Amino acid sequence: MSAITLTLNEELVTARQGQTILEVAREHSIHIPTLCYLEGLEEMGGCRLCMVEVQGSARPVPACITKAQEGMVVATDSETITEYRRMIVELLLAERNHTCAVCVQNGSCELQTLAARLGVDHVRFDYLHQQLSMDASRERFALDHNRCVLCLRCVRTCDAVEGAHTWDVRGRGVTSRIVADLDRPWGESVSCTDCGKCVQLCPTGALFRKGATVGEMVKEREFLMRLLERRRAIQGRQS
Amino acid sequence: MSEHHEHTVLADDPRLKLVDRAMKRLQYQPDALIEVLHTAQESFGFLSRELLAHVAACLKLPESQVFGVATFYHFFTLRPKGEHSCIVCTGTACYVKGSGEIVHRLEKELQVRAGQTTADGKLSLGTARCLGNCSLAPMLTIDDQVFGPETPIGAETKVRQLLEGSDDKS
Repeated sequence: MSAITLTLNEELVTARQGQTILEVAREHSIHIPTLCYLEGLEEMGGCRLCMVEVQGSARPVPACITKAQEGMVVATDSETITEYRRMIVELLLAERNHTCAVCVQNGSCELQTLAARLGVDHVRFDYLHQQLSMDASRERFALDHNRCVLCLRCVRTCDAVEGAHTWDVRGRGVTSRIVADLDRPWGESVSCTDCGKCVQLCPTGALFRKGATVGEMVKEREFLMRLLERRRAIQGRQS
Repeated sequence: MSEHHEHTVLADDPRLKLVDRAMKRLQYQPDALIEVLHTAQESFGFLSRELLAHVAACLKLPESQVFGVATFYHFFTLRPKGEHSCIVCTGTACYVKGSGEIVHRLEKELQVRAGQTTADGKLSLGTARCLGNCSLAPMLTIDDQVFGPETPIGAETKVRQLLEGSDDKS
């Protein structure tokens, strides 16, 4: 793999051809906020929180799906970018009902952490106050649409890692919802294997273990890289 | 909202042959999903859960993915259409002339949201952006008849007459 050189926050860094801006930044301990991105899952560039400025580009680009290129000049932070990121988090908060005080994920929620880190202390937009349903029909887990940010980690892990593809998205725009099978109650899903990967990878309290109360849901994410590594090892043995 | 499902056994439905034939012609390719859904909706008028499950199984696609596609595109409908249809034009000319109020009135008086069907399955109310009759603005169609310029009360009366007429016949 050939090496390339680019400028990251006014510092010259080297990267491997094919790496994304986000990967290069993380290797150099530069923090770029993300939400839908999760190492091990296919990137989708959906949440737009990882937007960075690239010299010569009229608009910011998502770092998770933009490949680093020779001679690129990237700024991962600026007043404009921070303002955009804040706006994105505010819009997420305004769209559904993220009430931390009664959430199982309180204290270990990625959305909450992002908001705190970006200094979101109020939301300038009107809340939609949507009355969304909750699906507690599965024996061990439950889904609360009110807390879903449509990052699609659950959809991607269920499809690519577990291979069940129980989850997908119904509708479009503001009416989009996560659905199991043909929009069945989760408890009636025949494709779901109850593996719980989606629950562990969900950044908010949208997917949670039943019985968990406020702040009790702690998610374990290390399994993902472990599993993918094991899989690569097995595939290597077979080929 | 109650749903009116046709309780037929899908396997015995002659319309299913058209869908099966389309899938065979497309060699059960998963990426032929949208084309198959088009045929399915043409044959049945709407896409029932049963039908979607059948298509998913034949094309070896996850049910949730098929459901996602069927609900993403406005063209596909998962509910049977009403006996009658009323489409109010909300194109620019009609909108400026007050078609929004016609839609509001019909929605309120007939207890149906635009894009949906009344609980009794009698009427589907729809909107369309420009039906190409701007000189009649604000205009609407009831079944295949064109009316305009129309008023909210006039529209309501016409639709009510139509619905009562169909009641008498049945």
